[in-house]
Amino acid sequence: MGNKQTIFTQAQLDAYQDCTFFTRKEILRLFDRYRDLAPQLVPLDYTDKPAVTLPYELIGSMPELKDNPFRQRIAEVFSENGDGNMTLDDFLDMFSVLSEMAPRDLKAYYAFKIYDFNNDDYICKSDLEKTVNKLTRNELTPEEVNLVCDKVIYEADVDNDGKLSLEDFQHMIIRAPDFLSTFHIRI
Amino acid sequence: KDKEEDESKEEDTCSQQNRAPGKKNYQSSDEKKAEEEGGQQRGKKAPTKEQKESENKERKTNKKGKEGENKQKQDRKNSTTSASSNSSDEESLSEEELEMLMEEVEQKKKLISTMRNKPWRMVKKLSVLREAQAFVEKFEGALGKGKGKKLYAYKMMMAKKWVKFKRDFDNFKTQCIPWEMKIKEVESHFGSSVASYFIFLRWMYGMNLVLFGLIFGLVIIPEVLMGMPYGSMPRKTVPRAEQATAMDFSVLWDFEGYIKYSALFYGYYNNQRTIGWLKYRLPMAYFMVGISVFGYSLMVVIRSMARNANESTADGDDDNFIFSWKMFTSWDYLIGNPETADNKFASITTSFKESIVDEQESNKDENIHLRRFLRVLANVLIICCLCGSGYLIYFVVKRSQTFSKMQNVGWYERNEVEIVMSLLGMFCPPLFETIAALENYHPRIGLKWQLGRIFALFLGNLYTFLLALMDDVNEKLAEEDAVKNITHWTLLGHYNSSVENSSIATPPPLDPADVPRGPCWETTVGIEFVRLTVSDILVTFITILVGDFIRACFVRFVNYCWCWDLEAGFPSYAEFDISGNVLGLVFNQGMIWMGSFYAPGLVGINVLRLLTSMYFQCWAVMSSNVPHERVFKASKSNNFYMGLLLLILFLSLLPVAYTIMSLPPSFDCGPFSGKKRMYEVIQETIELDFPLFVAKIFSYVANPGLIIPAILLMVLAIYYLNAVSEAYQRANAELKKKMQMQREEEKNKRNNKASTNPMLEDLEDLLTPSTKSESQPKQAEDKKTESSNRSSPVGKRGKAAAPGGSPMTGGRGAAFTPPPHMFVTQPPTLGVRAPYPGQPRPRGYPLGPVPGRGRGQPFY
Repeated sequence: MGNKQTIFTQAQLDAYQDCTFFTRKEILRLFDRYRDLAPQLVPLDYTDKPAVTLPYELIGSMPELKDNPFRQRIAEVFSENGDGNMTLDDFLDMFSVLSEMAPRDLKAYYAFKIYDFNNDDYICKSDLEKTVNKLTRNELTPEEVNLVCDKVIYEADVDNDGKLSLEDFQHMIIRAPDFLSTFHIRI
Repeated sequence: KDKEEDESKEEDTCSQQNRAPGKKNYQSSDEKKAEEEGGQQRGKKAPTKEQKESENKERKTNKKGKEGENKQKQDRKNSTTSASSNSSDEESLSEEELEMLMEEVEQKKKLISTMRNKPWRMVKKLSVLREAQAFVEKFEGALGKGKGKKLYAYKMMMAKKWVKFKRDFDNFKTQCIPWEMKIKEVESHFGSSVASYFIFLRWMYGMNLVLFGLIFGLVIIPEVLMGMPYGSMPRKTVPRAEQATAMDFSVLWDFEGYIKYSALFYGYYNNQRTIGWLKYRLPMAYFMVGISVFGYSLMVVIRSMARNANESTADGDDDNFIFSWKMFTSWDYLIGNPETADNKFASITTSFKESIVDEQESNKDENIHLRRFLRVLANVLIICCLCGSGYLIYFVVKRSQTFSKMQNVGWYERNEVEIVMSLLGMFCPPLFETIAALENYHPRIGLKWQLGRIFALFLGNLYTFLLALMDDVNEKLAEEDAVKNITHWTLLGHYNSSVENSSIATPPPLDPADVPRGPCWETTVGIEFVRLTVSDILVTFITILVGDFIRACFVRFVNYCWCWDLEAGFPSYAEFDISGNVLGLVFNQGMIWMGSFYAPGLVGINVLRLLTSMYFQCWAVMSSNVPHERVFKASKSNNFYMGLLLLILFLSLLPVAYTIMSLPPSFDCGPFSGKKRMYEVIQETIELDFPLFVAKIFSYVANPGLIIPAILLMVLAIYYLNAVSEAYQRANAELKKKMQMQREEEKNKRNNKASTNPMLEDLEDLLTPSTKSESQPKQAEDKKTESSNRSSPVGKRGKAAAPGGSPMTGGRGAAFTPPPHMFVTQPPTLGVRAPYPGQPRPRGYPLGPVPGRGRGQPFY
């Protein structure tokens, strides 16, 4: 293909293609998207791996994310130190996991982390409440929220410890018919 | 150097043990190490436990992950030792080690190819990848020894090239997929359900493109290039009577005149066995292409259905995880538009509320008789509608046949069939929807019913149309016999007369336009289908233009001066009708399949239609539709659409197969003219172009004595496979039940434990007050004695320190008096309050039995 680009070296591009589900064109497109967020911060030459980090405010304002109730969690989960600020690597990681090609297990793993608000490796009731409130914009009454959370735990908690572990979550989500089609961002 | 060798050997044995299936614990410990390392790499914050869990899961699900872990660890070891050692002691590697190394390299490669599936940070992935690649690079060359070396190196090089080629090809392929951005835009505005329609449309376009290539490349182009030119023979010439008006637009619009005698239709093709210098066997090609259009479509549809079915694993018991799925999969991450997001929030809220209500009153049955009655009534009404529409179409088609015999009929009479069919297609679905409101089904079930009914309507219409067409064809066949004689006699007469007139010169040939000709029913059928398709396209586009665009404009602009709010109130904006559009597409495709045998150009028209409707509908949806309030699920319905498509494909195969097998082709038009049946072209080819034994084999194979057993065998195979799959299903259900039971059991156990726990607590509560009551006075006494004891120089410090054995419990009080020697060592600043002897008693409640006992010790 004719168009020469100097943003990445060929080796870098190959490595990125090995580590993500993207093709060369998509990686370059993602880089463009990343750079568009802050053209003055991101250099056009990534061959020497500059340590550029974009703040969450910029990441969260992407049209793909800005209406997502879980955008903050997504950014936090995929960022290096959990504060939502992202390097290009994190950025690629995020969209790779959310791409169409990513396998179910990988998606389930990250979905679990996204819904685990307090990072305690379990989705406990407070996490569920947060999820419901984010999904419905606080329009359910506390009793209803409570009922829903109880039902979820009742349904999905296989080992009966009152919270969902990763196994519980995967067991449940793998059977969900819509998971793959909805946990997916086209870029 | 020896030492290094030893090390590497050790490492090899270690890795061998790793791989030995028996030594599980070895593995797991190694894995843990690796994980911990991984965890460290990820940053201290990432909890290793979680990762371990995920890794465990991975180990269960795919073994590759495990291998990856193992290797990763080995890799790390290697990177320390191998750097210097392996390059030097290549020579001393034994066979065994070589094998080991080979295996390792293989595993590394596997790791490289599955790197993207690992839930690691990009930094880690990159570094592991680099290490693995370096490893492979290093040892690949060392592996081949002696004579095998070159071959191995060559193989490796080819493999590398192949990988690169595949990657480039994939890159190329993704670049070739059209409309990705367009669909993405729609998707972010309307959610995945509307986008699924466009993806379906794109898929359809791809399939039609292949069909188009097949038909154009193998039938139309050869005939146009190598066949006899236009005007050289009767079937390729407009008859004299029509020539005056053959170029008029109104005639062309009806696909008469020049279009009727063009390569777009069956009648144009010549029955010459071979054409051109290539000796291209056109009739044969025509027949084979006609069959392979169906074959290819069947294959593609079934393959994509199978892939869809594979992707959606285990959709069986829907009732187990209603709330969980609602919670975790209802948000569509594709949504990128505030309005859609608002709708989605609202719909999620309602769906939660609905399921809560369902949950609360799952078994309420108010007046089931009335509902049953209403449902039966609704079905009766709908069946009446279906019958009525079927009869209407039959009536209209019959009438159109009488019209076609009359001269100079009006525009309406000529297009009556298409108009009526389009009107029915337009007005019946809303009517059904109104009737369905009687039934009061759950919306998802209601939608299925609705789809089924519209499907039945379309299908009924199509088949009535076909039946009427069949009548027409039979009439034409009867007519043909008469014409055949006339033609025969005319030609004979012409030649006879010319022979009489001038016996020397060859007679001037009769002008092809003057030869009387038969009605050519194949072309008639083709024309009917093309007309139907075109009118369908027009109706679709006009409906979109009027129903969506004009309405949107009206609502948008008249809203400024209207009595009520048009946007929120009655007309509002239109929603995108996914199911209707998909059904329309499916039926259109059915017509294409049916008609393409008689009108090879039909596929070209359809390709154009799909192309324009992609752009047009994308524009219409973005400009004048609003997102759904009630979002139709996309993922599972995909296979539903495919199922409909398959059904339509089968149903459209039937009439075509019938005409091929049992109707005689016209005597003077089309590639099969002069034969008794169309399929005879195959027998002819086999007899004339293949050696004799092939014909013999063919005649044996075509023998009913062989075909019937073959069919029987297939039926038996189907039966057997069906039985096997049923058995699997049963086993699956059994396992599921078992799991459920186990879960229940565990839950019960847990509940029992939970219920015993409070009892134990009660017991403890019963026990503790006695100890408390015992210990507390003692404490008080202790304090007193202590404080009195410590009126020494240390005493002050002791007093200060006493309550704050630890700062946390400082508030709860001085009850926590540490053992005596602590007083001295405790820094005095910790204490906040002075130890009032009386204070501990009222605050003694959190005192567990342990400190009580501890306190009690000095007393005993």
